[in-house]
Amino acid sequence: MKTKYLVTAAASALIAGSVATSAAAQDLTLCWAAWDPANALVELSRDFEAESGYTMAFEFVPWPNFADRMLNELNSGGQLCDLMIGDSQWIGGSAEAGHYIQLNDFFDAQGITMDDFIPATVTGYSEWPKGTPNYWALPAFGDVVGWTYRRDWFERPELQEEFQATYGRALDVPNTLEELRDIAEFFQGREIDGTTVYGAAIYTERGSEGITMGVTNALYNYGFEYGNPESPYDLDGFVNSEGAVAGLEFYRSLYECCTPPGSSNWYMSENIDAYRSGQVAMQMNFAFIWPGVNADPNVGGDRSGYFPNPAGPAGQFAQLGGQGISVVSYSDNVDAALEYIAWFAQPEVQSRWWEMGGYSALRAVVEDPGFASSQPYAQTFLDSKAIVKDFWAEPAYADLLLAMQDRVHNYVIAGSGTAQEALDGLVADWEEIFEDEGLR
Amino acid sequence: MPDSPSDRLATATPSGVARTIRGLSDRTIAWIFVAPTIFLLLAINIFPLIWTIRLSFTNYRVNRPNADVEWVGLQNYQRILNDPDVWATMQATAHFLIWTIVLQVLIGFALAWLINRKFKGNDLWTTIIVLPMMLSPAVVGNFWTFLYQPQIGLFNTVVGYLTGAAPDSFSMIGDVALAPWSIVIVDTWMWTPFVMLICLAGLRSIPDSIYEAAECDRASAWRQFWTITVPMVLPFLMLAVLFRGIENFKMFDLVVQLTGGGPGNTTTLTAIDLKREAFERWRTGYASAYAVILFVTVFGLASIYVKALNKVKER
Amino acid sequence: MSYSVTEPSKPQKWIAGLLVAAYGIITILPLLWIISTSFKSQNDAIAYPPEVFSEFTLGGYVNLFTTQTRQSAEALEANPPETWYDEIVHERGMAIVGPSRFGERFMNSVIIGFGSTFLSVFLGTLAAYAFSRFRIPLKDDLLFFILSTRMMPPIAVAIPIFLMFRGLGLSDTHAGMILLYTAVNLSLSVWLLKGFIDEIPREYEEAALIDGYTRFQAFYKVVLPQAATGIASTAIFCLIFAWNEYAFAVLLTSGNAQTAPPFIPTIIGVTGQDWPAVAAGATIFLVPVMVFTILLRKHLLRGITFGAVRK
Repeated sequence: MKTKYLVTAAASALIAGSVATSAAAQDLTLCWAAWDPANALVELSRDFEAESGYTMAFEFVPWPNFADRMLNELNSGGQLCDLMIGDSQWIGGSAEAGHYIQLNDFFDAQGITMDDFIPATVTGYSEWPKGTPNYWALPAFGDVVGWTYRRDWFERPELQEEFQATYGRALDVPNTLEELRDIAEFFQGREIDGTTVYGAAIYTERGSEGITMGVTNALYNYGFEYGNPESPYDLDGFVNSEGAVAGLEFYRSLYECCTPPGSSNWYMSENIDAYRSGQVAMQMNFAFIWPGVNADPNVGGDRSGYFPNPAGPAGQFAQLGGQGISVVSYSDNVDAALEYIAWFAQPEVQSRWWEMGGYSALRAVVEDPGFASSQPYAQTFLDSKAIVKDFWAEPAYADLLLAMQDRVHNYVIAGSGTAQEALDGLVADWEEIFEDEGLR
Repeated sequence: MPDSPSDRLATATPSGVARTIRGLSDRTIAWIFVAPTIFLLLAINIFPLIWTIRLSFTNYRVNRPNADVEWVGLQNYQRILNDPDVWATMQATAHFLIWTIVLQVLIGFALAWLINRKFKGNDLWTTIIVLPMMLSPAVVGNFWTFLYQPQIGLFNTVVGYLTGAAPDSFSMIGDVALAPWSIVIVDTWMWTPFVMLICLAGLRSIPDSIYEAAECDRASAWRQFWTITVPMVLPFLMLAVLFRGIENFKMFDLVVQLTGGGPGNTTTLTAIDLKREAFERWRTGYASAYAVILFVTVFGLASIYVKALNKVKER
Repeated sequence: MSYSVTEPSKPQKWIAGLLVAAYGIITILPLLWIISTSFKSQNDAIAYPPEVFSEFTLGGYVNLFTTQTRQSAEALEANPPETWYDEIVHERGMAIVGPSRFGERFMNSVIIGFGSTFLSVFLGTLAAYAFSRFRIPLKDDLLFFILSTRMMPPIAVAIPIFLMFRGLGLSDTHAGMILLYTAVNLSLSVWLLKGFIDEIPREYEEAALIDGYTRFQAFYKVVLPQAATGIASTAIFCLIFAWNEYAFAVLLTSGNAQTAPPFIPTIIGVTGQDWPAVAAGATIFLVPVMVFTILLRKHLLRGITFGAVRK
């Protein structure tokens, strides 16, 4: 291509005389989001360093910037990351653009089989195209949206009594989303121990994926579908079905009645903050926070409880989170990176991973008879993991996500238009994207 | 290879260069001095611009290295100009641009006028007021999200104290009605000193003799202000507006950190929208067309404005 | 000073002084709040209502410079803290496992800032001298072209730069960022320095030329020393721009050459947003610029208007 020559000519002179920067001296760099599980992985990886002699370096980026930074890194052919624990929805794009190395041969050689992992995580984190045995990652961290609640508040006799009198049922873990809203409404603005508290912290973040990861928990349970089960890119009547509209309206009503003031742009860390500082009775969040909540000096131990996303009129589902670990094809250390994955896949390492707060996706770990009682949140994790659904993992995922962020935030937070209009708009946006992709 | 020709050339260079320079004509020196700058600007500004224009006629996407790149003619431009969302970002940008300029001009001019009363310590206060302008907008903008938090934020507390409203009864960043003002406030806080400094230079450029003459004619202070001060400062003020206008048309860092464009799209300024198209959706061709449209707009508006400015100066 | 009609009266001065001081206090408040937050504990920082005076702690700075992981109670007991900073971390149930990335990012800012400043002032001085002293065809057009490069939104320029850097292997390198910032700063340095050199009387050089100096010697031995103040203040303006730049940095750098501005907003604690650490990072990052601003105050106006307004 002519452009290429032009570029080379224009810039070869630029480089001459400028300082050459060499790669860092570390052996193996792993990239992930900056959150609690990543810190646990640092601890876990010390064993690998001791066994293999490699030095590990880590690049952790906070969630709101994670996709931006890391997809930029991949698209620029960057060599920063040897191992990438990339988000589940990136798998299609990264497989098709050649960012990740296909792992089938390696798995075969190492005797690693995907049958040993929870099927939902294999589909969610490893496969592309979905439903085919083409693996681009090893399930690394099984995550799902669930709820945390202040058990100590729920159990106060005076509150129990008042709740019973008002709603005609006991104040307990909600079975449906409607019940959840009742409880949130009950706590909203209440004085507890001298401070005003609020009902629930929910995902509302605008910039990355926050509100989408939150609203889907309502949409799925009210009847939203990504498309016609018979023909996946046929959206009209599924994305904007009557149930979907009701689900979206529900999420807005929850936001309006029962969330802390100013929570218009909240995602994982803001929700944790609000919960830990005693501002809210319940928080929606990915399950990764549970080990931290359990150990927290203010709200940990018996003071907190956990429950899976409650059911709606159309069923009970929860938004899938979590990631697989992949090898970046631009890396100079592919062999070392593969060695790490082989080490990580071992059952002993996986069970240590769970002990340290990492949600292993290995069946041997989660199906162990002692698993459900190993941590106070283990049963909730299993229950939640059984009802997961994920967002699009198409190569066009970023376009699809941005459109949804836009439409949903505009309706739920900015309060413009109706739920029907928002979802009709979303159908139009998504149809346009799939047309551009040549899929419709 | 100690004796290769290039080696010999290298060792001979220092004295050789010195000798050559001594014998250079002015004209050659001029070119030697200017060439690196022009070359670098061509490589890092003009060449990319041409490349952007080229890309703007294609459907190229950075994240699809394996897809075919096709010429799509003017399709990208058509899509952008027909997209109501793009016009919404233009509107948000216009709101931001107009109000920041109005507020900064009013407050900046007033401050300059006050400082020009030459009270004791005016130098110290000028330096203090100027500080925000020089700081990193991204870092400062990020911290302002903390100041804007309902309940715990300093801004809400102070406003609550002054107005009697509960500090958690409003959210500058979260409220659709308030968010556009939240970015105007921070930008005004940062950049008012810029306008102030320029106005101050304007005020100080007015010779005392003009006021003395007006005093002899018994012109009132009010009249002096409108017939001497304002017209004499106007060219300076217009220059300040030009700088602020261009800067805020490009505005990205401060607002991205403050509101991220939300709630909804209320504060999605054009540059933020462009960033989403180019580096989140990776619609490179489309985003290139967007960039070209922006560039033409800012260049066009600036040229018209500069013409007006020159007219004012000539008067 | 003798009496003049334009000298404001005493009460006028007082009122003006009070109003300006009031504005000054309001304007400095957010900055003081950043600095004071950096010395608060995480809980004091998010106290409701906000606390003006909290217990002094260096926890924010410790968190800024270290990476920590959560430890079990037994592990904490088995490893008693050895230093004062270990102790601060220990109290929160954590242990320091290594340095954080802040030090690296800060050094990147220093390297890229100084590197690009040196280059843009060096090239800018040469070009400015040529534009000031020699007859160059299309001089005004060239100068305007140089200025116009500054009008483009950085995001728009970043699209092709991203592709170009990717093709040349300059993505996320110090060299790439130095070149880019040099190019962006050239418009400023050429325009500012041309103004400064214009102010140096030509007679000095002409005398030197008559004395047998070559043109180059005259530039080097006569003009440069005269322009020293101008060059120094131009350098500081270039440095501040490179120091503060965010858009290019966030799009074109990652783990290797990322500078502090895109990094500081992403500092989050292990347990929720760690505002004292963010404030500590901001303080360390902003204070040098505040000092430079105070040093520069006489030339400030000139710098921010590309030399268009001179006091």
